[in-house]
Amino acid sequence: MDKTIPTLAEAVAGIGDGATVMIGGFGGSGAPIELIHALIDRHIATGHPTGLTVINNNAGNGHVGLAALIEHGMVKKLICSFPRSADPVVFTDMYLAGKIELELVPQGTLAERIRAGGAGIPAFYTPTAYGTDLSAGKKIEDFDGRPYVQERWLKADFALIKAHVGDTHGNLTYRAAARNFNPLMATAAKQTIVQVSHLVAPGAIDPETVITPGIFVQSVVQVTNPQQEEVLNRAKAVYP
Amino acid sequence: MSKLSNAQIAWRAAQDIEDGAYVNLGIGFPEMVAQYQPPGRQAIFHTENGILDFGPSPAQGQEDWDLINAGKKAVTLNPGAAFFHHADSFAMVRGGHLDVAILGAYQVAQNGDLANWSVGAKGVPAVGGAMDLVHGAKRVAVITEHVTKDGKPKLLAACTLPLTGVACVTRIYTSLAVIDIVDGHFVLREKLSALTLEDLQAQTGAPLHLDGPLQDLTVPELS
Repeated sequence: MDKTIPTLAEAVAGIGDGATVMIGGFGGSGAPIELIHALIDRHIATGHPTGLTVINNNAGNGHVGLAALIEHGMVKKLICSFPRSADPVVFTDMYLAGKIELELVPQGTLAERIRAGGAGIPAFYTPTAYGTDLSAGKKIEDFDGRPYVQERWLKADFALIKAHVGDTHGNLTYRAAARNFNPLMATAAKQTIVQVSHLVAPGAIDPETVITPGIFVQSVVQVTNPQQEEVLNRAKAVYP
Repeated sequence: MSKLSNAQIAWRAAQDIEDGAYVNLGIGFPEMVAQYQPPGRQAIFHTENGILDFGPSPAQGQEDWDLINAGKKAVTLNPGAAFFHHADSFAMVRGGHLDVAILGAYQVAQNGDLANWSVGAKGVPAVGGAMDLVHGAKRVAVITEHVTKDGKPKLLAACTLPLTGVACVTRIYTSLAVIDIVDGHFVLREKLSALTLEDLQAQTGAPLHLDGPLQDLTVPELS
């Protein structure tokens, strides 16, 4: 078994117009910058993909990564919890101009909806957002005398995620707080494409330390020394 | 003193955090609470993006951008720190495992309703983890100025701004007082000694009740 793909371009070649794409990371930590940039490269060369629905905690920062994907007009709708940042100009301008849809989801509900999508659980109840604007129109039910909001699973056609070490079977470990949404999104997409900083042979990762088992991963591409969004933004980088 | 500084409000909130408590501090002002833990006490701080027991920011140039807090600031790790993914992180939150959550506020109502995420329809709405954090922690405390910049009460009979959570706040540390929420009422515990009860009531949008002895709110001078 070998799930490795030789190039970033080949790794993202199957993502079509209108696809729903989960993108890992929390701010820049754990964000698969190179995979996102490969998708932008394809759009520049071919005009596709467009009309994407993107699921991420944030809305990008500066003019790289997710912000650049939005800036290139590739994103129709964003599902996220916190579309503000230190340099939010790209999303803010497009949102206020009515050029991008936003589904705002509380952060823990976003995580659990993705977890439920990956686990085959179509709906669940949470206390979060009860009595607020973000539970408007949702089913409310009492359990043990307390009201809860029904929330539905989130699933995607593709997940673009970043891991630290991966083997050719797709077993993954993460680095520090770059884990965040990545292991959840890996479970909830039909096609999970991961960029790993270190590609190793099966057996090189201690099974005790595997965070994402390879069953959740379809494609692995190695990106040694990946870029960090924070570093790019401090250098005022613009992609491409 | 006529009112407490932000640092002094944070100091007062920190005095109620027990040694070994698991604590989440909201982004911004609430993060100051970590600086004022009493000697001999060490809380364990949780951040939504997947760290327990993180420490202060590293020196400039020493940042590791995979090691950030929910405010996207670089942090360090204390011995005994742990990483986890976002679903586990919010299991800690909603599942009742945190001892204390401390948040900022635009408005708090006498029944414990909190408004702290949106000032209305303008601009880009953003909620982050606030709506999750107000449910599950054993104590949900707010730190805030007692009144708005233009002098209007922030402690009200009912919130007028969009709610973050219903009946979730248990204690409020303001620039003038410490107030508990008990059975749908504001119960005044401490106030600045220079302030009369009438003065404080005039700056509060719902009745202040007394239950037991009223203490002076005393804090050290802080830079």
